[in-house]
Amino acid sequence: MSKVGNLDQIVEAFGPHLHDEPYDGWRSDRTIDRIVPTHCPYCAVQCGMNLLVENNHVVGFEPRYDFPVNEGRLCPKGVTAYLQVHHPDRLLYPLIKRNGMFERASWDDALNLVVSKFKELQSKHGKDAIGVYSGSSLTTEKTYLMGKFARAGLGTRYVDYNGRLCMVSAAAGNNKAFGIDRAGNPWSDIPLAEVLLIAGANAAETFPVLNKFLWQQRDMGGSWIVVDPRETATARQGDLHLQLRPGTDVALTNAMLCVLIDEGLTDEQFIASRTNGWAETKSLASQYTPQIASEITGVPAERIVQAARIYGRARTAMVMHARGVEHHTNGVNNVLSYINLVLATGKIGAPGSGYGTITGQGNGQGGREHGQKADQLPGQRQIANPEHRKYICEVWDLPEEELPQAGVSVVEMFQKMREGEIRGLLSICNNVMVSLPDINQVRRSLEGLDFYVCLDFFMSEGARYADVVLPGSTWAEDEGVTANSEGRVVKINKAADPPGEAREDWWIIQEIARRMGRGKYFNFGSALEIFNEMRVASKGGNADYYGISYEKIDKQNGVFWPCPTEDHPGTPRLFEERFYHPDGKARFHALEYAPSNEVPDELYPLLLTSGRVVYQYLSGNQTRRIGFLVQQCPEPYVEIHPDTAMRLGIADGEYVKVISRRGEGIFPALVVKTIRPDTIFIPYHWGEQLAVNQLTNPALDPVSKIPEFKSCAARVEKLHTRQLPLYGHKRKGAERSSVTRLSDSGKQ
Amino acid sequence: MEETMFIDPQRCIGCRACVAACRECGTHKGYSMIFVDYLDRSETTATMPTVCMHCAEPTCALVCPADAIKQSEDGIVMTALKPRCLDCRNCVNACPFGVPKYNSAMHLQMKCDMCYDRTSEGLKPMCASVCPTGALSFGRYEQIVPHRRTKPVNVHIFGNQKVETKVYLMLPSESDAIVVDGCGVFEGRLGIEQKPAESWIDTQVEESDKSNEF
Repeated sequence: MSKVGNLDQIVEAFGPHLHDEPYDGWRSDRTIDRIVPTHCPYCAVQCGMNLLVENNHVVGFEPRYDFPVNEGRLCPKGVTAYLQVHHPDRLLYPLIKRNGMFERASWDDALNLVVSKFKELQSKHGKDAIGVYSGSSLTTEKTYLMGKFARAGLGTRYVDYNGRLCMVSAAAGNNKAFGIDRAGNPWSDIPLAEVLLIAGANAAETFPVLNKFLWQQRDMGGSWIVVDPRETATARQGDLHLQLRPGTDVALTNAMLCVLIDEGLTDEQFIASRTNGWAETKSLASQYTPQIASEITGVPAERIVQAARIYGRARTAMVMHARGVEHHTNGVNNVLSYINLVLATGKIGAPGSGYGTITGQGNGQGGREHGQKADQLPGQRQIANPEHRKYICEVWDLPEEELPQAGVSVVEMFQKMREGEIRGLLSICNNVMVSLPDINQVRRSLEGLDFYVCLDFFMSEGARYADVVLPGSTWAEDEGVTANSEGRVVKINKAADPPGEAREDWWIIQEIARRMGRGKYFNFGSALEIFNEMRVASKGGNADYYGISYEKIDKQNGVFWPCPTEDHPGTPRLFEERFYHPDGKARFHALEYAPSNEVPDELYPLLLTSGRVVYQYLSGNQTRRIGFLVQQCPEPYVEIHPDTAMRLGIADGEYVKVISRRGEGIFPALVVKTIRPDTIFIPYHWGEQLAVNQLTNPALDPVSKIPEFKSCAARVEKLHTRQLPLYGHKRKGAERSSVTRLSDSGKQ
Repeated sequence: MEETMFIDPQRCIGCRACVAACRECGTHKGYSMIFVDYLDRSETTATMPTVCMHCAEPTCALVCPADAIKQSEDGIVMTALKPRCLDCRNCVNACPFGVPKYNSAMHLQMKCDMCYDRTSEGLKPMCASVCPTGALSFGRYEQIVPHRRTKPVNVHIFGNQKVETKVYLMLPSESDAIVVDGCGVFEGRLGIEQKPAESWIDTQVEESDKSNEF
């Protein structure tokens, strides 16, 4: 029997339901007791915002004009973020599943059940039988705690985090090229750049407030080169759009490098004094003429030449990229190929010149620094490095033999669940039934588990498969730090207590560890106490937080790590004098173009790519419940070029079936000229039958283990009227409670 | 010069943060007075925000039989006065920009008053506060215009009607006025020119905008 016994009943009780009003309704006669300065819970711009509090209830927001990154600006998710705090779908007490339905339980019963199951599974199958899957929308304190909990609390090697689905290719690429994993420049450098090369980044929708800096740069006369298979708002606003075939970045950048070499636009002095590996890269790149690259990428050769000239001739320039470049089986190579451009022209480590990845999640940067990654210990230390292990064991006072070795990435963890090696799972801050690739296999993994406990503040699609759900806290109900995409550590402040019996996440995790008999390692009384241990654990590592304090963050409007001592102001710009490899030099990587894991063929002739919309955040567990956001984008759709649509006889708005080797889904067609004719696009924020991840390819990058979300082979089929979908009341949001057949016109 | 709004459509990323934030304004809690529309989604991702242009001679006030729509001393055209509003919707039909909306629940015409409650306290309007790109900017002419590469225009020609507005549109052209239909002939209505087919997502947004408003 399925673990989700009665789906309708679960949806009825826990949503997603649409809610669009502040606590106690829209009122203008409020008496605000407190204004709490904090940051947005969503993307890694980490915009400052003020929460308005009345009688311990968060009732609204007010722009935080004095925070220098956003100066009051917010996107629609940020504006409506406070509406989730009092959402009626909030989980208010622990839940234990009995006969396919969740029932209210006491904390003692729920925690004791978790602990007895974990102990039973570990005694039968060994310590590694439990997996821990965490996330990067947590505060850094919690991400540190999750790594420590897995290793010192449960003693399992299997811990990983959802950054694995996000920016881990950038992290791996940065480490290989620079010896450190952080964006090189603060965003205040962006307006100083003459040229911005923005690759695979739909900044308008995924990072709206970053556009403040992009437009400041334009106002000063700067220009943008945008690399994207779709004409996004960012591409439309840019000066030169390279509309490449998804996954062909290496060919494009090699050809740009080839032009730079041919036209003498490289910085030989910089290359000689500050880099290694140029000779091999130079000779390889020289083989990629713009004509050859044009055939691979689908970008006209003249445009490639033009892009190389614009970038090469600029005195200052910055390269920024995001998931479009990174979500590939060649993700790390794609990242390294853009870094080659930066290094060859020496445009790094100076005001207006540099490089950075646009991180996805709110704490995407902080979440990959302090040891919840399968191969990592706090401070960006490596778990395989004996010295690093020794240091962390000293800080934790843990016998070194008890510290497990490296685990595996999350996609591999879910494979191990299917193979029976991992029997129990604890997850926090993720929604596996939306965000992992090939969710039909993920479902099998969850169904096969002996025990699954999920911490969340809303019932996610993944949590429906859990045996125990523990109610955690939203960002407004706890304090801690996050690191935004520039590496600026900012402070989240508590505005209210968690509702009902919900508790702070760190309390819950710590309570499980205590009941497992590992209380010795978990004596934290507050987020601050965790932060202070984390500072020591990070000391001397790459991501050194030792000199950061909550007070310093307040005083300086954030502190850029590394910040090794208490009198250190932090490091906004990296690489001014040296890179972080032992010899102080950066490394070129000679890269051959390799096609994606799955390329279009006769059966599946189109290239399917996935991405985001501005109204939804990641797996949508938070945003698919907020009326305003759902109204703007109620369901996923498939973008198809008019030429392709005409060939298939598909009209705009018609429901079509999209099929890949792994699954299929039914989506309305959005026929637009803003996408390549050989490519289709579906946004990914929905679960179950609305998920593009029924179709995506779980093939992994060999280094970063990121799945290939951005490219797989697919075909589109016209639907017969009788095949029209049977789900959802007009399919608004992901509600499935009332089932009606859609009208045969195909339109809602 | 006094502070006013500058609309720069080429910067608009269509995120509708302004639409969401407008609902937070104290005088019309829960109702948004801003519209953001796709121009033609099948061709482009371009979008356009519409706020009240605050005309020097507001058509909405001119056609109001009850004199319910007042202009403040600094040129802000206010929402209809509740005791006076007759529910006639003349203003809704007459405004050349399509701004005022009739709220049937409250029996009242409502429109953007440039966040009078906020600006009178020295705060920026909600929409211009949150707009990520500066597509909606609030400030003094000399604070904003010199930094832009676009030209501020506040004269609109609608057929035979010339409208001067307090709010500026920032345009990438040299024109001094925006001419909506040159000879005063409403070609579309006469059937000379067919209205281009709309993408379904345009309609969907229009529907959702309306449900969101009133």
